[in-house]
Amino acid sequence: MTDATTPLWQMAGVSKRYGGVTALDNVDFACRGARIHAVLGENGAGKSTLIKIMAGVVRPDAGEMRLAGQPVEFGSPSEATRAGIVCIFQELSLLPDLTVADNISITDPPGRFGFINARRQRQRAEELLERLGCEDVHPMELVKNLPLSRRQMIEIAKALGRDPKILILDEATSALTAADVQKVYAVLRKLRDDGLSILYISHRMQEIAELADDCSVFRNGRHIQTFAKGTKSDDEIVELMIGREYKHVYPPKPVRNQPIEPMVRIENLSWNDRLHDINLTIDRGEIVGLGGLDGQGQRELLLALFGVLRGVTGRVSINRDPVRIGSPRQAKSAAIGMALIPEDRKTEGLMLPMSVRDNASMAAISGLTRGIIVDRKAEAARIDGMVQKLAIKVGDLANPVATLSGGNQQKVVIAKWLMTEARIVLLNDPTRGIDVGTKQEIYQLLRNLADAGTTILFYTTDYDELVGCCDRVAILYDGRVLRELAGAEITEHNIVASALNLSLDARNGRPEATV
Amino acid sequence: MTELRLWLARSYGMLLSIAVFIVMFAIYFGNFSTDSPSAVILSAANTGVLLALVAMAQTVPVLTAGLDLSVGMIFIMTNCVASAIVVGTPLQVAAGVVGVILAGCAAGFVNGAIVVWGRLQPIIATLATSAIYIGIALWIRPIPGGDVDGDLADFMTGQVFDVVPVGLIMLVAVVLFIWLPFRKSVLGRGCYAAGSAEGAAYMSGVNIARSKFAAYVLSGLFAGFAGLMQTFNTYTGEASGPSGSLYTLNSIAAVVIGGTSLFGGSGGVVGSIFGAFILRTIVNLLFVFDMPPLWQPLFQGVVLLLAVSLGAARVLRIRNRLELFS
Amino acid sequence: MPAILKSVDRPVLIAFGFIVVMLLAGSLYSENFLSPEYLLQQLRIASFLGIIASGAMLIILLGHIDLSIPWVVTVGGMMSTAAGGWWGHTGEIIALPFGMFCGLIFGVINGLGIAYLRIPSMIFTLGINAVAQGLMVLHTGGFAPQDAATPFMHWLAVESPLFGIPNAAFVWLVVGAAIVFTLRRTPLGRYIYAFGNRESATYLSGVNTRAVLIGCFALSGMLSALAGVMLAGYSNKSFQAMGDAYLLPAIAAVVLGGTNILGGRGTYLGTVAGVILIVLLQSILAVMQMEEAFRQMIYGVVIVAMLLIYGRGAKVHS
Repeated sequence: MTDATTPLWQMAGVSKRYGGVTALDNVDFACRGARIHAVLGENGAGKSTLIKIMAGVVRPDAGEMRLAGQPVEFGSPSEATRAGIVCIFQELSLLPDLTVADNISITDPPGRFGFINARRQRQRAEELLERLGCEDVHPMELVKNLPLSRRQMIEIAKALGRDPKILILDEATSALTAADVQKVYAVLRKLRDDGLSILYISHRMQEIAELADDCSVFRNGRHIQTFAKGTKSDDEIVELMIGREYKHVYPPKPVRNQPIEPMVRIENLSWNDRLHDINLTIDRGEIVGLGGLDGQGQRELLLALFGVLRGVTGRVSINRDPVRIGSPRQAKSAAIGMALIPEDRKTEGLMLPMSVRDNASMAAISGLTRGIIVDRKAEAARIDGMVQKLAIKVGDLANPVATLSGGNQQKVVIAKWLMTEARIVLLNDPTRGIDVGTKQEIYQLLRNLADAGTTILFYTTDYDELVGCCDRVAILYDGRVLRELAGAEITEHNIVASALNLSLDARNGRPEATV
Repeated sequence: MTELRLWLARSYGMLLSIAVFIVMFAIYFGNFSTDSPSAVILSAANTGVLLALVAMAQTVPVLTAGLDLSVGMIFIMTNCVASAIVVGTPLQVAAGVVGVILAGCAAGFVNGAIVVWGRLQPIIATLATSAIYIGIALWIRPIPGGDVDGDLADFMTGQVFDVVPVGLIMLVAVVLFIWLPFRKSVLGRGCYAAGSAEGAAYMSGVNIARSKFAAYVLSGLFAGFAGLMQTFNTYTGEASGPSGSLYTLNSIAAVVIGGTSLFGGSGGVVGSIFGAFILRTIVNLLFVFDMPPLWQPLFQGVVLLLAVSLGAARVLRIRNRLELFS
Repeated sequence: MPAILKSVDRPVLIAFGFIVVMLLAGSLYSENFLSPEYLLQQLRIASFLGIIASGAMLIILLGHIDLSIPWVVTVGGMMSTAAGGWWGHTGEIIALPFGMFCGLIFGVINGLGIAYLRIPSMIFTLGINAVAQGLMVLHTGGFAPQDAATPFMHWLAVESPLFGIPNAAFVWLVVGAAIVFTLRRTPLGRYIYAFGNRESATYLSGVNTRAVLIGCFALSGMLSALAGVMLAGYSNKSFQAMGDAYLLPAIAAVVLGGTNILGGRGTYLGTVAGVILIVLLQSILAVMQMEEAFRQMIYGVVIVAMLLIYGRGAKVHS
């Protein structure tokens, strides 16, 4: 980067330590105005600490920061916001019980003497929503009544309302539907053209490629390199991120020549208005993926199988026996032997303040007893086995699981379920927010499990994973299984086309719209 | 039209409690054979206003996802303070009234300080401070006694235009001139924000500490009003621990019945007022329908249980069990 | 610090420290304070509170609260004395278990309402408390109150045949041992801590969270009633509102013992320390012959001070 103008934001020698862990190590970093700047790195690379420092949530232990050439220090998020740095975090910062208008103007609402001018606040909300193409959202609606994708748009509207000089987005499009994502991209590009500097954190290569002007890679708390769009290949970028020679490779899929035994047969499964007449069969030792656009019922299908949903109609047979699964406890029982790796590990998969050991044995502990007493030796042996098998990086097993990195936390969730020796494993977007290295390990693990006879049903938002991991892919559309792809049919093209409900015209290779 | 629909959806709990109260009071009033209906209303108002004010006091900390287990004792304490200082020349009486209100606010200040700066959980902090307040009450009034300015007391417990109880006017005034401005202020909204999602509120730059603090001080203020009214009703100060506990527990019930969520973030003081009126009317109804005194506590308990269980209806409609976990 | 002390929670250590301080302070006021008779009497009183606090602790570990303690204690007392009156000799034998059984029923109802209807425990147990009161008023009002304690109940609560150690303390010991065993050695114990930390994750791990909740409330009801039976034995009769004075001290004892009021963290040793602390505090204030007013004020101030010393809650953001 050789332009003469001073970068809008500069950090020099910034470091941050948490206890014994170095989150940022002597980081020099800069981003320029009117550019979209992506920040890449594995979990634990320091990205979230970087933006937390920029946003005033935490203070650095050392180093200097400059905004437009002037040195700055932020004691609180509001100070950073007033200076023009607005951050949209991964965890939504909206208040569910308040209205859209209240949320958008939650800081510095229009009004005098400490009172809020409700009318002007509402106008402000309407203006900002319009800018984002969200006119259908009523400003007086309570945020908790809005779907997740709308809430994320409101989050962005709120950030825009603070008139930022630098806008930071931390995985801000993860919950959006594809259509909304395009809307957001369009808005971001326009904002950039208007002079705003945008800092963008994402794990998704496609997003980076589409959006970013500049890219910075972080690794182990250090800033490795910053480069302009198009100057590095995907593989090169990944290598920078993980620091070693990298080939984007999935474990090989076996050729099936034995007769296939169906393990899970789903017939006419319906629920509420979200699942309509689902028919799907999964064979023993098979990895079946659920594809399709977001929100077509994939998550609900997994929850329905696991007994979390009430009012599910239809028939599910395990190993040819029809079953009624009414609770996760039943699903886990030896007769059925199911496991679910849930969507949100922090609230559904783990008890964060509890030890790694307690978390790992939570599902299997009732089987690790002598009479009514826990057999601690057996428990410890099993857990040690899991830690080794999954290569979980952990210091003392008595440490709270909250101290582990995201990827290792997910491994603990997986270990918890592997300890039950489940024969059917359901996974709900298991690699979201996980670093590249751990993802690889998880793919290999799934293939090993399948080869050993475990039946796997797997929902992911990453089409690449569907192509690389699955023996078969079922595309869901509007709560129905629209199409199944098997073997060589599983290509990104076919998945996308099916997801959009287009028929696959193999002869001229062009999709035709159905009905 | 959408505006109205949205407002109705938001205020559902409060509207329901208003409706239930109207129905219940109509039944009560209809069955009370008396020569002077206005006396019936007055009596109901004077007892109802007391619990309503204590329920208002409970509501504000609950909105912040907290709780104030000392509201009953602040009520008792300010009652005793009033029985000591709201006497004498008009100037002294005025100063006394101000003093009582300040006492309530001071108690709220202490609660707020411990919860916000001390970062203690509200349940246990206010549990402990309630002992302090009843202690102060006992110190002022080891045995029931004291006095209060007769004219002021008669006026406040009397009626205007022969029908409208002054107590109700005072209640309306408190809502209009203290609660509504608070609700529209940044401080007030901060209370709702803190109760709805404290972490998110902090990240959004809401000054949670100030809002929570204000919530507890306001709570003390309302409880102070209640203590003052009690003195006007009884002309004495009585440091009764059991009475204080009863008011505290009833205030929680009134808040829930009035539609405010114990988890914070939604509801308001108006609903709690009607929740309090409903609780009082239940007692009156039992009297009017000649329920044998022995059966009254049981009936009251069952009705209370049913009233708070109404919220459970929502649960039965939930199809995704994960939504049951807040 | 020696290893054994390190393994104990900081709040528990502080609680025991305060106990020592109070014993010393008390001895300054009255030469009897450290005498065996006086201390054993304190132990007896602590046993009653301790049994109640044991149940309260389980509920608080779950992240809930049981406000029905006052009248379930009274139910225990009244039903056990009533059994003696209603069923003659057989009644005397089953008085204790019958009282506990009645408490169990209330506990189960609490559990059902909270587990199935998802009504916040604070408000549901409040309602149950009122219903229990209503039932007891009915019971004593309408019928000739059978309020005399059986000889066994009296013996259990008052006598100290074994080396002068009160029977009540042995009962507390048995209860405590059972709770410690459950919490530390059984899967149920793990489930209780997990529940208090994150109910959704516990549910999704295939744990029967409803059963855990109902079981804990059932135990709490049973233990409250047991304390009621013993209190009735102590006074030789059961009476209205016998349990009212025990709710707040029980919760305070649990919290002062280091159990987090939001659930998921706490040890029984801490609860024991908290109970002894509260009982000693109350007895010192009585020995100092202070007026009720100052006793209350100091009681409140001391609890706040101790909680502030323990270490305050975490700030909202890390």
